[in-house]
Amino acid sequence: MIEASSGVANREITPRLGYAATLLIAALWMTPFLWMLVAAFNPHTYGGSGMASLVPSYVPTLGNFAEAWASADFPRYGLNTAIISFGILAGQIVMITLAGYAFARLEFPGRTLCFYLFLLQLMLAPVVLIVPNLATIAKLGLYDSLLGVMAPYFASAFGTFLMRQAFRAIPRELEDAALIDGASVWQRIGFIYLPLAKPSLIAFGIVSVTSHWNEFLWPLMVINSPDLRPLTVGLASFTRGAEGAQAWGVIAAGTLMVSAPLLIAFALFQRAFVNSFVSSGIK
Amino acid sequence: MADTVLTSGLARPQALRLATWRPRRQTMLAFGLLAPSLVLLTLFTYWPVIQVAWQALHNQIKIGGPQTYVGLANFTALFADAAFRKALANNLLYAFGTVIPSLVLALGFAMALARSSRVNALFRSLFFLPVLIPLVAAASIFLFIFLPNAGLLDYHLAKLAISGPNWLGDPDIALWSIMGLTIWKNAGYYMLFFLAGLQAVPADAYEAAILDGANPWQRLRYVTLPYLKPTIGFVMVIGLINVVTQVDHVFVLTKGGPSDSTNLLLFYVYQQAVESYDAGRAAAGTLVMLALLLAISASSLRTLERSFGEREP
Repeated sequence: MIEASSGVANREITPRLGYAATLLIAALWMTPFLWMLVAAFNPHTYGGSGMASLVPSYVPTLGNFAEAWASADFPRYGLNTAIISFGILAGQIVMITLAGYAFARLEFPGRTLCFYLFLLQLMLAPVVLIVPNLATIAKLGLYDSLLGVMAPYFASAFGTFLMRQAFRAIPRELEDAALIDGASVWQRIGFIYLPLAKPSLIAFGIVSVTSHWNEFLWPLMVINSPDLRPLTVGLASFTRGAEGAQAWGVIAAGTLMVSAPLLIAFALFQRAFVNSFVSSGIK
Repeated sequence: MADTVLTSGLARPQALRLATWRPRRQTMLAFGLLAPSLVLLTLFTYWPVIQVAWQALHNQIKIGGPQTYVGLANFTALFADAAFRKALANNLLYAFGTVIPSLVLALGFAMALARSSRVNALFRSLFFLPVLIPLVAAASIFLFIFLPNAGLLDYHLAKLAISGPNWLGDPDIALWSIMGLTIWKNAGYYMLFFLAGLQAVPADAYEAAILDGANPWQRLRYVTLPYLKPTIGFVMVIGLINVVTQVDHVFVLTKGGPSDSTNLLLFYVYQQAVESYDAGRAAAGTLVMLALLLAISASSLRTLERSFGEREP
């Protein structure tokens, strides 16, 4: 559950007529999830007006899950998605730590220019550049490979800025003390800055993994082999196949399986999720 | 500046720092640390922009073949293409039709659920859930919701003796259906920013307003909204960027149809590049999107800088 830190002003904000309206809209917001759950366990999967029911009137079955599981290689898709999301994160952590330290602690000519260059990436959403990037990926020999899906995301302006903020909040005295003890720059980054910036790293990790876990268009373009598809691309082609057969229960089951990992992660770490999404914007 | 704040009265060992850190070494170290990022940013952001600008001015008959300079012909062809003009108009309508309702809803959710309580926390999570599922997964669910006759919407409308429209098959309605999905997917995300923004409104401001006899609407208008101005600006920017960059649901739901009524810019560019192999026109379309994104971001450069950049810790 999403907790709000206790704001003093809360009492005065909430308008009185709010509750009835909130309840109504909440029911509306919940409906797609409710349908997904009810349909996924519905034994009368194919066509039929009974599929639109939101109140289960049947003995639940796992048949839809079995059918979805058999008709698409979800474990493989899941593994590919995990490799992509966590591979991107690993590369990003290395790069944003190094660049973040440079921006936070070093004086050098061209610093402002570099800063604006990074800012440019923040403004030009990478997904818009898919066409030229696909050509680059092909030239690098990375077409139809998981590394090709990952490569454009290793450098992250957003992550760099986040780390820069975190590093600047760390007192310089700590680094100076290590410097006196003869610590190298790698030791200072590895033993002082990284551990102290852990909250920011976790926040960045959650936002990064969530967005790349859910990404569709870029992997759709880079990946050709069915074996290398991530969950989103797998689901889209699976849905296309099942839609023709009017297999709505199977579609619901497949969608539920694909959505489950992040929903479960959210259920377990709600506060971390919410905090990281908020700090990805304004602080 | 940061240093003077942080050292809090204690003199930093300047001499030591200067002795070990000669400026030139520091510069070399800085660029060494920035190099991996700069190389990849060049490869996948700066160079592609230049490439797209070049390609937009050239035509290529076949892949790998020679490129001939054609001036602005690609742009002329682009704007002469009814499908592109439709995609551009759709995207504008889609922007107005999704960003403003999502923003108003998100603000409403945040205000209604600002008070800390377990029930409110549950509601907040509920509104946030759509953010966590992939857009293609949301589209798969909405495929059934929008299904004619037997689908969730039409089936339940029929019970109320309303004959529902063909949500995705009617060119006049399809884009609005897709907007519905977009609002459902994003409002909970924007709600988080408003919840955070509301925390920053000082209680005294409300107390003073109440003492002055302000009614709830006046408190919203003269207390809450002014304090939320930066948040509203920020949400507006990410909302508009999402409008240009999210098209996954179009793939699953309509493929841009019927008769281009749900085609959006990014989907159009994808079609030109991957289905029609028209690199020049795809590049020109990409440039139009880049110009839009730059205009959106540049108009809020101050907000972006404050969020990510020059603020002191």
